[in-house]
Amino acid sequence: MTERKVVIPGEVLAKGEEYLPGENTEKRNGEIVSIRFGLAEESNNLVKVIPLSGVYHPRKGNVVIGKVENLTFNGWVIDIDTTENAFLSLAEVPRYVNKNNLKEVLDMGDMVVAKIYDSNKKSIDLTLKGRGFGKIEEGMIMKINSNKVPRIIGKEGSMINLIKDETKCNITVGQNGIVWILGDKVEDELLAKKIVLFITEKSYINGLTEEVKKWIEKERKK
Amino acid sequence: MAEKGFKRSDGRKMDEIRKMNAKVGVVPNADGSAMFSFGDTIAIAAVYGPKKMHPQHLQNPEKGTLRYSYNMLSFSVTDRIRPGPSRRSQEISKISEWALEPVLMIEDFPNAVIDVHVNILQANASTRCAGINAAALALAHAGIPMKNMVASVSIGKLDKQLVVDVSKEEEDWEKGEGATDIPISFTSDGKITHIQLDGKIGTKQLKEAIGMAKKACAEIHELQKKVLKESIPEK
Repeated sequence: MTERKVVIPGEVLAKGEEYLPGENTEKRNGEIVSIRFGLAEESNNLVKVIPLSGVYHPRKGNVVIGKVENLTFNGWVIDIDTTENAFLSLAEVPRYVNKNNLKEVLDMGDMVVAKIYDSNKKSIDLTLKGRGFGKIEEGMIMKINSNKVPRIIGKEGSMINLIKDETKCNITVGQNGIVWILGDKVEDELLAKKIVLFITEKSYINGLTEEVKKWIEKERKK
Repeated sequence: MAEKGFKRSDGRKMDEIRKMNAKVGVVPNADGSAMFSFGDTIAIAAVYGPKKMHPQHLQNPEKGTLRYSYNMLSFSVTDRIRPGPSRRSQEISKISEWALEPVLMIEDFPNAVIDVHVNILQANASTRCAGINAAALALAHAGIPMKNMVASVSIGKLDKQLVVDVSKEEEDWEKGEGATDIPISFTSDGKITHIQLDGKIGTKQLKEAIGMAKKACAEIHELQKKVLKESIPEK
């Protein structure tokens, strides 16, 4: 992996025909130009920009957490913090649903963990088929910047597993930046929430996992 | 280049911009924000979105919308100005919107709106230019896809002399032909997105003014670039 560099919109990242434009870049007169503020990265002649800010952009396969905003005759409209509301169809719920009483399964205001199975310009479709998806019954919900989600999860889940082990809480991170924390005690949940906020603040530090370990120890001694 | 015996009241060179200052991330609640100042003129911009457009009848299913609101705070000038929208602020909002829209890539956000709120904390002429500069920084900081950055500067014609970045004192110039104010905005690849003219100027001199603005905007662009890059701490 090459060195990452902070770039601004309109900045030329590479010159020459051999380079290919990746995410958040554009080819203009044989030059690869950034169209977003973020970190530029090049691998195998593919140049891309990793955004550091901005609202959540839905993608197929993402696990998200949302709030039921409306009930229709064949499903639920769910707000997942995007410009377009997502839709969860009746057919995508892996249990029997009485068509006349959708409220039984999900009512307005309920929080739900779901997966995006299709996303295009017009609509976002959700599914509950799979393990760990469904209505959130209890616990704590918090909102973070969606660009910080990879840092919360860490390399191969190292960071999230650390928090889980330290706090004995079950944590689900939606790619849209909504985090669900469920623990036996409220104190544990609050500690997990504090750790998550700490990570989002210090997200630029190298070797963050070690730093977080030290911080938790300090916090425990208080 | 200067006419004989011409001197600017603050002793600046003809093509010298007032001391500029900029910062991003000044409004933590916003998706992106920035401060930009030309000497005593200070503008703060906050960007929210893209988010769903409300009311619904304003939604555009073909592409996203940019909504710019320019506002001068009541204490920004020595005589208190009445707060709230005015004819002048509505006009400047629309003009600034047009200055920024050409670089924004908002085709991917149908039915959505990007809100840009610009407030002038302190005014000493060139407020719309400071506003556009701050807004461009804030839009980039908010992660909105943009083809280029935009920089804006005002060129003044004081009697027969062209100067860069007019101050309030120069704007009220009364000697000779009086003062003409020409705010111009450039993209970072040298295209004009906005030009206004308030007064009289010949075509030859206007071309010269545009040349001066291009040079000044390149300088502003360097600052914008530096500020955005320095907002991310080095690893």
